[in-house]
Amino acid sequence: MTTLTPVLTDNWGDERAWTLAAYEARGGYQALDKAFAMAPDAVIESVKESGLRGRGGAGFPTGMKWGFIPQDNPKPKYLVVNADESEPGTCKDIPLMMASPHTLVEGVIISSYAIRANKAFIYIRGEVLHVIRRVQRAVEEAYAAGHLGTDIHGSGFDLDVVVHAGAGAYICGEETALLEGLEGRRGQPRLRPPFPAVAGLYASPTVINNVESIASVPSIIANGHHWFSSMGTEKSKGFGIFSLSGHVQTPGQYEAPLGITLRELIELAGGIREGHELKFWTPGGSSTPLLTAEHLDVPLDFEGVGAAGSMLGTRALQIFDDTTCVVRATLRWTEFYKHESCGKCTPCREGTWWLVQVLSALEKGQGSEADLDLLLDQCDNILGRSFCALADGAVSPITSSIKYFRDEYIAHLTGGGCPFDPSRTTAWAGQEVTA
Amino acid sequence: MIDQKTQDELREIAARYPEARSGLLPMLHLVQSVEGRITPEGIELCADILGISAADVSGVATFYTMYKRRPVGDYHVGVCTNTLCAVMGGDAIFERLKDHLAVGNDETTEDGRISLEHVECNAACDYAPVVMVNWEFMDNQTPESAVQVVDDLRAGKEVHSTRGPRICTWREAERVLAGFPDGRADDGPAAGPASLVGLGIARERGWTAPDAHLAVTSGQEEGQ
Repeated sequence: MTTLTPVLTDNWGDERAWTLAAYEARGGYQALDKAFAMAPDAVIESVKESGLRGRGGAGFPTGMKWGFIPQDNPKPKYLVVNADESEPGTCKDIPLMMASPHTLVEGVIISSYAIRANKAFIYIRGEVLHVIRRVQRAVEEAYAAGHLGTDIHGSGFDLDVVVHAGAGAYICGEETALLEGLEGRRGQPRLRPPFPAVAGLYASPTVINNVESIASVPSIIANGHHWFSSMGTEKSKGFGIFSLSGHVQTPGQYEAPLGITLRELIELAGGIREGHELKFWTPGGSSTPLLTAEHLDVPLDFEGVGAAGSMLGTRALQIFDDTTCVVRATLRWTEFYKHESCGKCTPCREGTWWLVQVLSALEKGQGSEADLDLLLDQCDNILGRSFCALADGAVSPITSSIKYFRDEYIAHLTGGGCPFDPSRTTAWAGQEVTA
Repeated sequence: MIDQKTQDELREIAARYPEARSGLLPMLHLVQSVEGRITPEGIELCADILGISAADVSGVATFYTMYKRRPVGDYHVGVCTNTLCAVMGGDAIFERLKDHLAVGNDETTEDGRISLEHVECNAACDYAPVVMVNWEFMDNQTPESAVQVVDDLRAGKEVHSTRGPRICTWREAERVLAGFPDGRADDGPAAGPASLVGLGIARERGWTAPDAHLAVTSGQEEGQ
């Protein structure tokens, strides 16, 4: 039995956890002095050694990313925090910033020191007012306490942090689209190379990291990289926040070592909704191919989920029970990708539109079985042929749902419509049918 | 006419960044807070301040969904109808609100109090189904609770987010997004109940992350 390991979530229940006073009372900002006593390269080395991999979905080694910054480049270096949490199902960074914004701010300072950036940006999606208030306040408090500004803690290191609110665009979670948004432009991804490490914000060397990645840094510096890598699995070290949503008894945030299984997490969450069974789930948001009950014992680490044909992504575990129509679920996600396609490249802009056309007809029971092959052919023409990963994500629910639930698509055709009753899926459905 | 104070604040936003154009997104939030929407005058002013064309600014203003070209209500209600929330009841909530308010998607009630739209995932899936009011969380909603919220707002009653803060007007919210805090960061608790369930289980069972000193010791041994 894997046990939970609260680190990032450990102080969320504290009284006024978001304040500087509460954060410092439990040792906050002490990792900063430890980092300042190290050379910047030693901080990078420590994060490399810890095995921390990006918590925003892709899982790229964080320390290695930092090491790509060309220190001989005379331009300023920038740290940009990707706090544009928008991947359907993903809901870990928002509560983190609401409960303990100082964990993020301390991480920003240490990370900026490591890559030698004197300016950092926290790009938060605009649709989370109170979270933005909390992060704004944390930055203000950090300035007032001398954790930000010039000659921080007498180290000679200077750092300014700008809290930047986005304005509604899923695509800005893609790192180069985020940079476009931060430069005051339409959020459309850039062609790579050059990668942001070489030419990012203002064509200067830039590190872009997810909130949870940066927030993990203070604990690694404070407790040592051995401590961090003592958790998790061989190639997926450390802890992560697992977000359970949907048809479980107790949805919520569960912080555990990477490699825990969904079976273990569902047990902690009190099981699937009373009287129902697990039907399908996303391991890391809607862009990661669906899995089913046969995957309950897959270790939730980068390798394990990859071997099962999906991706760990953001550990956004959306759980659907047997009342849910997989075609309805897939159509809705597809409509989302169509809506959020930035329009820059043709396979995504046109492709997602066509996917919605074909899927809508199927969901209504119109068309024929050949349309399933048409859908898969369309997916084949989109996957890997677009500028960024949005389009790859768009085909994931479709190809995986056809793979596991082809019969259910066909049932829509033979029955002339959806065989499911949508009122049975709701959060309040169970309360109405009690004996 | 956008007053001098706002013009100064727009310049202040641009000055936060190494390159002024980076201020455009928050500047447009500020335009919305004073104009109630993105107006041609607001676009021209941003363009003047940044030294770019009005077409450039329009291009940005039309890309992001939070920028509105028509006036929204004092309280902008967004119902999440992405898959997880839709399945958990978001579709039913959205239908009930459309019916109750007699408006369609992206429309405003005649009294100008409430506008309604369906929104994409707002990163609160463990509280599904979720409704946003002026970008504050209304967690674990039902059609009945959502109707109560909009009725209370229309009646001028004080309404609070399920995570604490009093719901301010849409214009006031836009000002905070522009980077002008309203001093209300301390409203509400640190976290809602769903955010704390894993932590609660860990506390109850005495589970913690490994002791740092033990890990360091064993690590040093490995190193030798």
